[in-house]
Amino acid sequence: MATTLLLKHIAVPGIKSLDVYRNMGGYASVEKALRTLTPNQVTEEVKKSGLRGRGGAGFPTGMKWGFLAKPEGVPRYLVCNADESEPGTFKDRYLMEHIPHALIEGMITSSYALGARKSYIYIRGEYFYVSRILQHAIDEAYAAGWLGENILGSGFSHDCYVQVGAGAYICGEETALLESLEGKRGNPRIKPPFPAVAGLWGCPTVVNNVETIAAVCPIITMGGEAYSKIGIGKSTGTKLISASGHINKPGVYEIELGLPVEEFIFSDAYCGGIRNGRKLKAVVAGGSSVPILPAELILKTAQGEPRLMSYESLAEGGFQTGTMLGSGGFIVMDDQTSIVKNLLTFARFYHHESCGQCSPCREGTGWMEKLISKFLSGTAHESDVDLLWDIQSKIEGKTICPLGEAAAWPVAAAIRHFKSEFLELARNKSYVEINHYKRLQPVS
Amino acid sequence: MKVTIDGISLDVPQGTTILQAARMIGPEVAPPTMCYYSKLKTSGGYCRTCIVKVTKGSNQNPNPIPKPVASCRTEVLDGMEVQNVTSSEVLEARKGVVEFLLINHPLDCPVCDQAGECHLQDLGYGHGAASSRYEFKRREYEMIDIGPHIKLHMNRCILCYRCVKTAEQITNGRVHGVMHRGDAAEISTYIEQALENDFSGNVIDVCPVGALTDKTYRFKQRVWFTKPMDAHRNCKTCSGQVRLWLKGEQVVRVTRAKMPGMKWSPLFAIHADLIIKKHRIGLLKVPLKFNGIRLYHKTITST
Ligand SMILES: Cc1cc2nc3c(=O)[nH]c(=O)nc-3n(C[C@H](O)[C@H](O)[C@H](O)COP(=O)(O)O)c2cc1C
Ligand code: SF4
Ligand code: SF4
Ligand code: FES
Repeated sequence: MATTLLLKHIAVPGIKSLDVYRNMGGYASVEKALRTLTPNQVTEEVKKSGLRGRGGAGFPTGMKWGFLAKPEGVPRYLVCNADESEPGTFKDRYLMEHIPHALIEGMITSSYALGARKSYIYIRGEYFYVSRILQHAIDEAYAAGWLGENILGSGFSHDCYVQVGAGAYICGEETALLESLEGKRGNPRIKPPFPAVAGLWGCPTVVNNVETIAAVCPIITMGGEAYSKIGIGKSTGTKLISASGHINKPGVYEIELGLPVEEFIFSDAYCGGIRNGRKLKAVVAGGSSVPILPAELILKTAQGEPRLMSYESLAEGGFQTGTMLGSGGFIVMDDQTSIVKNLLTFARFYHHESCGQCSPCREGTGWMEKLISKFLSGTAHESDVDLLWDIQSKIEGKTICPLGEAAAWPVAAAIRHFKSEFLELARNKSYVEINHYKRLQPVS
Repeated sequence: MKVTIDGISLDVPQGTTILQAARMIGPEVAPPTMCYYSKLKTSGGYCRTCIVKVTKGSNQNPNPIPKPVASCRTEVLDGMEVQNVTSSEVLEARKGVVEFLLINHPLDCPVCDQAGECHLQDLGYGHGAASSRYEFKRREYEMIDIGPHIKLHMNRCILCYRCVKTAEQITNGRVHGVMHRGDAAEISTYIEQALENDFSGNVIDVCPVGALTDKTYRFKQRVWFTKPMDAHRNCKTCSGQVRLWLKGEQVVRVTRAKMPGMKWSPLFAIHADLIIKKHRIGLLKVPLKFNGIRLYHKTITST
């Protein structure tokens, strides 16, 4: 039986409003935390739950909260990362748009645990209409006394603000986000210091993904212990998956971690199989930056075990034969998909979104895009595959922030698993149609 | 704190970066740098030329750091072990960085005023490959005048942020910065507003390449035909440490003097290495028998 926690009441009419949300048991975690638990006990529950960051890296949330520096007399902040811009990922939007109070409730409970008087939701510029939904929810929460001074007479006061970004993917990187929130150019900071020590305005700060913060509500309500029993191994709880591509039922699904990939793709409860009766070719399992896997490796690990939707199982085999759960952007491709063409879309994205601070990413992302476009213009040579491989290897790990890796990994994986497609394009010199794309031709 | 770089150990005070420690050992092990400028706060970390491999984090946590680190921005921990020239991985990665820095560079050295004192030329010479694998059109920008004395040649910029930090840290009212992002990023002043501050000329000196050049000197001379001479001018506003570039008896260019190991008066602690416009422009064309100038060294051959 599938457990749903975050999207349990998604179908309830009017769940967007505070009244309906409250009637369905909303704000119970705030009540429980403020009335019966100390901030440290809340953190303990989150530690016990085994919750891992849902923004991409999967870092244990309780541990991250534990790292937060707590010097006397210095404010601390909670910042919610709602910049969701990774191609293929749209789960945070779905949650905020339909159940905004799930995030607001999580912000209050989490802030209580961290001792944050103020918190910020940094939302991407393109989600402007969602920011209004959130603001409306915040206004409702203030009116009902869930935000503001002395919440529930507990002595804990809290203010929550929504800040709209200007539409840059890089502002999802936590330190770039903080720079942007401070009103500066969204360039990632050089770490250390980490935000837990010097974050927003130099004060200790926790940055968490929307889904991570929302998951704190069921954890506190049901207890960390109970939450940790959901899921599999170290992948506890449920995860929102944004399913897109050539499937019958694209959309956002809440799965219990540990669900077999095969079931997720083919069962009618989820993606409902490949559309138009075609065959599965490849899957990008965790948002555009994670390595693509061919059908045989996404359904089964190299050892022949069924691949599961969990942090560990998807990573099984390392990058040679595995991938990552990432942010849960699950992109399915059928047997008619050109891997190289798809790669160009990703490469163009990372080229466009690089902040330009460090040379490997600034120069390398553009170079990779141009080289990939050569394959589709019928001007590539076979040796260009090796050049492409060399360039990605010189970006990976050499940059200030992980965008460099995010740009290099998809290229590496496409070559690793689909090299023959590159070679074929280079040999046949065929021209592949790409909509609205300005080709960059070599000059010599 | 004990740190070992390429097998050579030394003791350094807390807060020393790997780069500083390596420079104490000597040029054989010191990584090359492009964006780091010792006098500026928070400079470095951008170009990635100075990356090194940390094979042992510290005595406390001996694990290696998985990715190469920017030595200019990474502080030494006790017991740290670092590989620079002894690691083929580092050398290969550095070659990659040099290539990235050069793919969009116009390589117009024959007509560039910086030629001969350009960090990128030196870097390419020392660490780069002989030919380019880049076959696409290079990035091109229009040249921009920023104020009456400074020319911005964005094609040559390597986005080291040194001029940005200089402007940020010594001029008040931020008018100089980076616009756009990725490989479309460019140095700009607020709506091409002139950099009017007295200190803004210093961005010319901190620029490691020929992107910011002195308009009074453009196309006047090749630097290797001029002779540098350090001098001092009493000044209430700045350090007054100037370097005069002579063609015969004639001063053809004035830059800040860069004299390592020199003690600056505390008054000019933040402005050490920086000079104001008055000197940069005012000392030009004056014959050597001028007043108010005290010569330090007769001539300096290396710059
Ligand atoms: C280039 C880049 C973009 C990112 N974009 C997002 C994003 O849109 N949303 C998000 O939650 N995390 C994003 N992250 C991850 C954040 O840096 C950070 O790890 C995350 O917000 C931590 O939250 P979590 O621990 O709850 O996952 C991005 C990271 C990078 C390097
Ligand atoms: S890796 Fe790319 S996005 Fe990240 S800091 Fe460097 S240039 Fe900016
Ligand atoms: S103009 Fe010169 S100093 Fe400024 S960022 Fe470019 S290369 Fe660096
Ligand atoms: S000199 Fe260290 S990164 Fe540029």
